[in-house]
This record gives sequence, structure tokens and C-alpha cells, in this order.
Amino acid sequence: MSQENILEAHNLRKAFGGLVAVDDVSIHIQEKTMHAIIGPNGAGKTTLFNLLSGTMPPTSGQVFYHGRDITHLPPQRRAHLGIGRSFQITNIFPNLTVLENIRLATQAMGKHNFRLLHLAENYSEYIEKAEAVIEQVGLTGRELIIVRNLPHGEKRKLELGIMLACDPELLLFDEPTAGMSSEQVPELIQIINKVVKEKGRTAILVEHRMDMVMQISDKITVMSQGTILAEGSPHEIANNRQVQKAYLGDLYGELA
Amino acid sequence: MPEPTSTKKISFRKIIRRESGFLVLTVLLGLFPFVMNLITGSGLNDGITKYWQGQLIAFFIMAVLAMSYDLLIGYAGILSFGHAAFFGGGAYTMALLLTHWGPTFASRYRITIPGGTDITTLIIFIASLLASAVVALLIGALFSATSARLKGAYFAMLTLALAEAIHILAKATDFVQWTGADEGLHGVPIPAWLNPTQFRLRFYFIALAFLVISYFVIRRFTNSPTGRVIVATRENEDRMRMIGYNPATYRTITFLTASLFAGLAGAMYSLWNMSATPSMTSAVTTVNMLIMVILGGMGTLIGPIIGAGLMQTLSQFLYNFFGARWPLVFGLIFIFIVLFFPYGIVGTWRLKQPDLKAGWERFRRLLGSKPPEQQ
Ligand SMILES: Nc1ncnc2c1ncn2[C@@H]1O[C@H](COP(=O)(O)OP(=O)(O)OP(=O)(O)O)[C@@H](O)[C@H]1O
Ligand SMILES: [Mg+2]
Repeated sequence: MSQENILEAHNLRKAFGGLVAVDDVSIHIQEKTMHAIIGPNGAGKTTLFNLLSGTMPPTSGQVFYHGRDITHLPPQRRAHLGIGRSFQITNIFPNLTVLENIRLATQAMGKHNFRLLHLAENYSEYIEKAEAVIEQVGLTGRELIIVRNLPHGEKRKLELGIMLACDPELLLFDEPTAGMSSEQVPELIQIINKVVKEKGRTAILVEHRMDMVMQISDKITVMSQGTILAEGSPHEIANNRQVQKAYLGDLYGELA
Repeated sequence: MPEPTSTKKISFRKIIRRESGFLVLTVLLGLFPFVMNLITGSGLNDGITKYWQGQLIAFFIMAVLAMSYDLLIGYAGILSFGHAAFFGGGAYTMALLLTHWGPTFASRYRITIPGGTDITTLIIFIASLLASAVVALLIGALFSATSARLKGAYFAMLTLALAEAIHILAKATDFVQWTGADEGLHGVPIPAWLNPTQFRLRFYFIALAFLVISYFVIRRFTNSPTGRVIVATRENEDRMRMIGYNPATYRTITFLTASLFAGLAGAMYSLWNMSATPSMTSAVTTVNMLIMVILGGMGTLIGPIIGAGLMQTLSQFLYNFFGARWPLVFGLIFIFIVLFFPYGIVGTWRLKQPDLKAGWERFRRLLGSKPPEQQ
């Protein structure tokens, strides 16, 4: 096991009845890189994220984080080890404010979760950290809005903010730009790129916008029907005949 | 312990301002016996003044019970039908200890403080109260441990079954010489200085203090870091996991807190009635709590207090008019309140949506959905 690999998955497999959503996938994520996973709808990207983040147990296979076997750890334990995840389908606290949504994440990483008779408002450290994250994702001024009333684009920023507020070492982004209009996308990608590059974090990015992926990722894994089709630098992937045939061709055509 | 590094620490004054409504209510309730005394001329400890103090004492205790239920269903979103078990557990522990242990203890030991004052009955009372709390906590722990893996309707069924088991235990003839079985325990020898008939005013203030302290402790709990986690877990359990919280832990904390206050309310209630009866452990008690919380507004704390008051007033009032058929009329009123105040009285008020038109629409839809043969 290589030291620079922050995360390794060995022969991961997830079957839903007869359907094998992730089929014998092995993947190595190098520390401090942006590793993109692309593939057509239903390729198994989200399912792979579920296995890496602990939301679902794999049918077989193993996951190692910093060389430690975390296959059977629940998500909350993985979160405290430094794994964060954002969701393709917005997964927020609908009846709470923007500030509270983010504050919960900053509080989670602190040591005051079991102060039963202290006021949460008095722990200003979490509020200050939350405000910094709110600024980072561009939601300043929206702190006190109940989040179910936010427009979609801002919900996506919040989705990202909740993960960033935990300040994870490894960030799993599941289609962060899902459902956003093209004008909103660069801002979000900029935020992601900044966090990863400036703070020296590691990221796995599932994304459909190929132009973005090609620009910001260090390595790309292409998935199709639950398996890995190809892996390499953006340049290698762009020139891979097999990938072009199976996937890139039509997507590029679509976007161009 | 590292204190919160705070520059914006919430001041005492701010809390007073925020809770001004409740504090005004407390002061009014504190003045009530004296005002009644002035107006009616009946003595503080007799006549109509005494009667109304009694009504309010029962209300104070029920309000605490309703608040504790609100912690579970309102704040944590846990649909538990076993609340009577905590209440009954506390009540029976108090009544059993005062009946079977207190007198024996008092006949063997006499505890005095340096001045010579005998505090034996005080010690017996405090020990029994603590035991009630512990028993309620144990039942709460049992509930959360056995049901940890269940969700939704299955979970609700299990809590109902567990409470039913405790109800059967209370009625069991096997323990009749201890519990009185179907009859329950009556004429519990509570400390003379606490006797609610003799010292009505004193008991009134003890019960009021019980409500006020419980309210502030529970309010504080819901605003604590832990309380915030509990509310957010109700909102989205999966996301809570992903950001590092273990929902099961917080669920247990909620159960323990709710059972503690419900158990103390049970102990108070058995002191007030000088009895403990199987009906206190029955599902009817839980359903009454459910009605109080829904009437007042889930997840508001003040709502269940209002719900408890409303239910008690209505039940008295309706009983005077309709006799034994009062629950029928109450049911109709309940339906109307739910139609026009879908989030309970306090909840709807806060949302500023006491929308008469929408309520009327819901009413018409309700009539429209009647089976055809009735139309
Ligand atoms: N919980 C589940 N139960 C049953 N089948 C599932 C479940 N989750 C995913 N699947 C199936 O597994 C396959 C892979 O789905 P997955 O969501 O992982 O794909 P994806 O690559 O994320 O696709 P997309 O680009 O649309 O997000 C799909 O056929 C999907 O229907
Ligand atoms: Mg997906």
C-alpha cells in the first residue's frame, strides 16, 4: 500500500438484487490531487460514493483510508476521520436557517456536542466558522433564510457549504453543479478548485460538465456500467479511443 | 473545562426579554390565589380559592408531562406511544416507597439537623423523588435500547407494547399486596407538611415551581448544542450522519430527558392525589398527551402548556354541560381546532397563519370526503 494514497478501494462490488451497480472497482486516490470520476448516467458513480462514504455497505471488497481498513465504519466515524461528502440530490436541513445548516457542521467537529444545559448561541467559535464558510460559498446576507425557501442554485451552494464546514481532508463531490444553470457553474467550480488547491486537500469529483473536468482535474477515472473503463490524465482520457467511443464522443458533441 | 470563548454571550437580561411571556404568566399564576382571595373573600385555604388552586395544580403537573412528550414528538420527531410508562413509573415508585418503605424507615430512624428539627420525612420524600426519577430513567433507557433499530410505525408499535406491559404489571394481581392491582394505591401516607388538602397553598407553589423550573430546564436543553442536534436529526438523519453525528446517541439522550421529566411529573401527581392507579400507565394517558401537544403546537414547549390548560378547562366545562358524553363534544372541538390551527395554537400563531379561509376549505373538504351513503 502506497503512502501517498489517501484512499484505496479494493475490488468493491455492490449488487442490488440482480443489478450490479459497482462491479469489482479498484481505485487509488493520491493525496492532494483532484481526481475526477466521469461516466454516463447509471454508471455507478453515486453508488461508489455511497460505499466510500459509508452510506451503504459493499457486497464485497474493501476501503482503506490512510492505510486503515474503514470498510465497516459508519459514515459518522468516517466524517471524524476527515472524509466529507456532498450530495447529487440536495441533502440539507429544510426547516432550519442557512446559518444553522452550516453551524451544525462546524459544531459536529468540535467538542461541545454534549453540553446539555449551555446555550448553543454562546459557542461563538462555531458561528464564526460558519460565517466564514457562508462567505466562502457566496451566501453572505442569506444567513437567516429558512433553506427550503432558497432558489436551487443557492441550495447547491449550501450543499457544498455543509461539507466544507466540516473541513474534511478528503472531499467527495457528487455532481456539485447538478441542476445549475450554465452561468452559475464557473463560480461553484472556482470555489471547489480553491479549496482543494489552496488548502492542499484531496478531492474526488463526479461531474458531467466535461470542459470543467478537463480543466481542473489531475486524474480522471471513467466508469461505465459499474466498471472502470479507463483511467489517466485528462490528456490521456481525451485521446482514449475507447472512451471517446463509449462516452466522450457524444458528450463532447452535446456540449460543443 | 474550556468555557465558550464568547464575546456575544447571551445575557441574563436577554433571556428575561425572550421569555417575558412565560414570566408574566408565572407572576400572574403566583398572584392568583391572593387575587382570588381578595375577590371572592374565601380563605386562601378553603372554598372556591382552594378549589381553583387544585385545578391549577393538576394543570401544572400535566403541563410538565406534555412538555416532556413534546421533546420526543415535537423536537426529536420520535413518535412514541409509551409516555404513560414514564409517568406511571414515577407515580408508582413514589406511591410504593411512601406506602411500604417510608413508615418502616421512619419507625426505625430519626434524622435531625443540629437545631433539633426532625427532617426524617423530608429525607424520605427526597429519596422517593430521586428513586422515581431513577426508575423513569431506567424505563426510558429500556425504551430507547429496545427500539433503537426500529423506525416509524414499527417503532411506535413497540413503544405501545412496552407501555402496555407496564400497564399490565400495574394491574397484575400477583403483586396485589404491594400495588393494589386494579384498585391501585390509595391514601398514600405522604409527609404531613406536604399534604395538599391541609396545605393547599404550599402545594400550589411547589407545583408552580415544578412547572417553572421544568420549563426553563427543558427550554435550555432545546437551545443547547445537544438540543440543536436533536432538532436537526429530526430534519435529516442521513445528513447528520454524514457530518459526523450518531443519531442513536441523541435519540437516547432525548428519551432519557423526556422520561426524567415525565417520571417527576408522575411522582408529583401521585403526591397530589395521594394515590397511584393503573389508569396513569394506560394508553389513554399517552393519547391525552398527544392531544395536548397537537392542540398547543408541536416543538414549541409553550404550546403543550397551553394545550394542557385548554384540555383541562374544556374537559371540566364540557363535563358540566354534557356529563359522561363530554369526550364526543371534545372530539368535535378538537377537529375544528386542528382544521383552523394545523400547527397547533402556538405553532400557527408563530407562522402568522391563523388562516380562516384555509381552515374553512379544509372543513369543506372534510365534509366532501364523507362516504356517499351519508350524504
Ligand atoms: N438504492 C438502490 N437500489 C437499487 N438500485 C440502485 C440503488 N442505487 C442505485 N441503483 C442503481 O444502480 C445503478 C447505478 O446508479 P448510480 O446512481 O450509482 O449511478 P450514477 O453513475 O451516479 O448515475 P447518475 O449520473 O445518473 O447520477 C443504476 O442502475 C441505479 O438504478
Ligand atoms: Mg449519481
